Amino acid sequence: MPDVIPDDSVGIVEPQKIEFSEPLKLQCGRTLEQYHLMVETYGELNENCSNAVLICHALSGNHHVAGYHSMEDKKPGWWDSAIGPGKAIDTNKFFVIGLNNLGGCHGSSGPNQINPETGKPYGPDFPIVTVNDWVESQARLADYFGIEQFAAIIGGSLGGMQALQWSINYPDRLRHCMVIAAAPKLSAQNIAFNEVARQAISQDSQFYNGHYYEKDEVPKVGLMLARMLGHITYLSDDGMRNKFGRELRSGQISYDFTPQFEIESYLRYQGERFSTAFDANTYLLMTKALDYFDPAADADGNLSGILEKAKAKFMVISFTTDWRFSPERSQEIVDALVEADRQVSYAEIEAAHGHDAFLIPIPRYLDVFSAYMQQVEADTKAVFFGGNA
Amino acid sequence: MRADLELIKDWVEPGKRVLDLCCGDGELMHYLQAEKKTTGYGLEIGPENITECIRKGVNVIEKDIEEGLASIKDNTFDTVIMTQAIQIMMRPDEIVDEMLRIGKECIVTFPNFGHWRARGYLAFRGKMPVSKFLPYTWYNTPNTHFCTFKDFERLCVERNIYIMERTVVDNEHQHRWWIHLWPNMLGEIAIYRITK
Repeated sequence: MPDVIPDDSVGIVEPQKIEFSEPLKLQCGRTLEQYHLMVETYGELNENCSNAVLICHALSGNHHVAGYHSMEDKKPGWWDSAIGPGKAIDTNKFFVIGLNNLGGCHGSSGPNQINPETGKPYGPDFPIVTVNDWVESQARLADYFGIEQFAAIIGGSLGGMQALQWSINYPDRLRHCMVIAAAPKLSAQNIAFNEVARQAISQDSQFYNGHYYEKDEVPKVGLMLARMLGHITYLSDDGMRNKFGRELRSGQISYDFTPQFEIESYLRYQGERFSTAFDANTYLLMTKALDYFDPAADADGNLSGILEKAKAKFMVISFTTDWRFSPERSQEIVDALVEADRQVSYAEIEAAHGHDAFLIPIPRYLDVFSAYMQQVEADTKAVFFGGNA
Repeated sequence: MRADLELIKDWVEPGKRVLDLCCGDGELMHYLQAEKKTTGYGLEIGPENITECIRKGVNVIEKDIEEGLASIKDNTFDTVIMTQAIQIMMRPDEIVDEMLRIGKECIVTFPNFGHWRARGYLAFRGKMPVSKFLPYTWYNTPNTHFCTFKDFERLCVERNIYIMERTVVDNEHQHRWWIHLWPNMLGEIAIYRITK
C-alpha cells in the first residue's frame, strides 16, 4: 500500500471495458460474435495519434500494467518499473495501452465471463485463441483509439511473441518492435512443462472438465501445482541458490513431509496465492497459445523469410540465466532479422533472476530500455512534424 | 571523430550494407549512416558501448566475435570493418577469413608493431614497448597478437587475399610523405582494404 503515490508513478488508474460487436474469426475456425477487452491507458494520445505504445502481456499478465487501482493496493501494476513519468516508457511522452488478452481472466472475454449466447460462463467452451488472434483483436483496439501506427509494440516472454507477430501481420502499423525474453517458437521441453501444468489442472478433482464455476469450486491444487512448476522455470538455479540455498525454516530437519526448506514454502506460497487469483481455464488457454506460436510455420519454417515482411525496427533483449527462453532463442530471432536485412539491436543482460528478469528493474536493462525508447521518441517526433508539414 | 575513421569513410560507398566488428560506441556506423546512408550493424560486447550505440540510433548486436560469426551467412555484407581490434583476437587469421566470408570486402586497421619506436624500445631497453599509444604492460595487455605491416601482408599472400588499397599514417592518423619511404618502420597505424 503506498502512503504517497511516488512521483514517477502513473498514479491511481482505472480500467475500462471496451465492447466489440464485429465478429472475430479465430485461427481455430470458430468465430467470436462479440467480445470485450479490459484496457488501461496511461499518458495522453497526441494530436496525430503517433505516440501510442502497446504493451502485450505474458502468460499470467493483464491490463493492469502500471499504477495503482486504489490507495489500498499492495502492489502497483506488473510492469510499473518500466512505465511512468520519467521511466523507460515515459508516460509524459507516450500514450501507453495495456490490455487483458482474449481468453484472459481479468475482465476481457474469456472462460470466466458470461457467454452472451447462453447466459452462463464460457468455461471450457471458450474457443482456443492464438497469438494471431490476439494481434487481430489488438489491431481492432488500435482502430478504436484511432491509432494507425504504434510508435512501439513491446512485450516480454509471450508478450514479446505478440510483438513479433505484429511486425509480420501488420508491418505498417508499428515503427518499433521490442521483443524481450522471448523465443521464435517453443521447444519440446517448453511444451513438456506446459503439458505437465495442464495435466495438473485437468486431473484436479475440482476441475469438473472446466465446468467448476457452476459447482462453485476451483481446481486449487491443480493450479497451485501448475504455478509451482512454472515458477521453477522462471527462476535460475543460481538465483534460487542465492535466494534460498538449503536454508531451513526452523533451523533443523524434522524428518517428515512438512515443508522444511525455504524453497518449498516459497513455492507453496506462490502457488497458493496464484490459485485464488487466476482462472484454471485461462491457464490452459494461455499455455496452448504459447505451444501453438510459430510464425515461421507459414513459411515452411523459414523465420527470416517470414520476417522479410516486417518493416519495424527491432530491439531484442535476453537475460543470461533465463533457461525458459534462453539467450540462444533470442539470438535465433536476431539472426533471422539480420538474414532478412531488417534493422535490429540486441542486448544480452547479465542477470541472476532467470526468466523473471524481464520484470525486474536491473540497471543495465533499464539503461538499454531507456536508450531505445529515446530512439522511439525521436522517430515519433519525426512522424509528428512530418505529418504537419 | 577518430582520424582513422575519417580515412575509412572514403572506402565505403553510399547505400552499402556494412558490418562493424567491435564497433565501440558506434561512432563510425553513426557517421556512415548519416553521411553515406549505409545500413547494417555494429557488433560489440561492452555494455556501455552498446547502450551508447542504441542511444545514437546505431543498430548494435551484442556478440562476442571470438565465439565465431558462423550464424552470419556468406556475402551478407558489402563491407566488413574492424578497427584497431585484430591484435586483440585469439586467432586474427581466422577472423580475417570469416570477415572475407561474410563480406564482399573488408577494411582492417591495426597498430604497427614494426614502428621504429617499438623496435627501439625493445632493442635498447630490452623490454616490451610501453607508450602513450601502446599503454599496456606485457602481462595485462589485451593486444595478444601484435603484428607488423609486413606480417599482415605476408598473411594476405599466404591466404590469397587481395589488398585493394593500403594507407599508412602516424599515431595522429595523419598522412606524412616520409612515412611512405619506409612504411613498416615509420608508420604507426595501417588501414587495409582487402578482398578475396
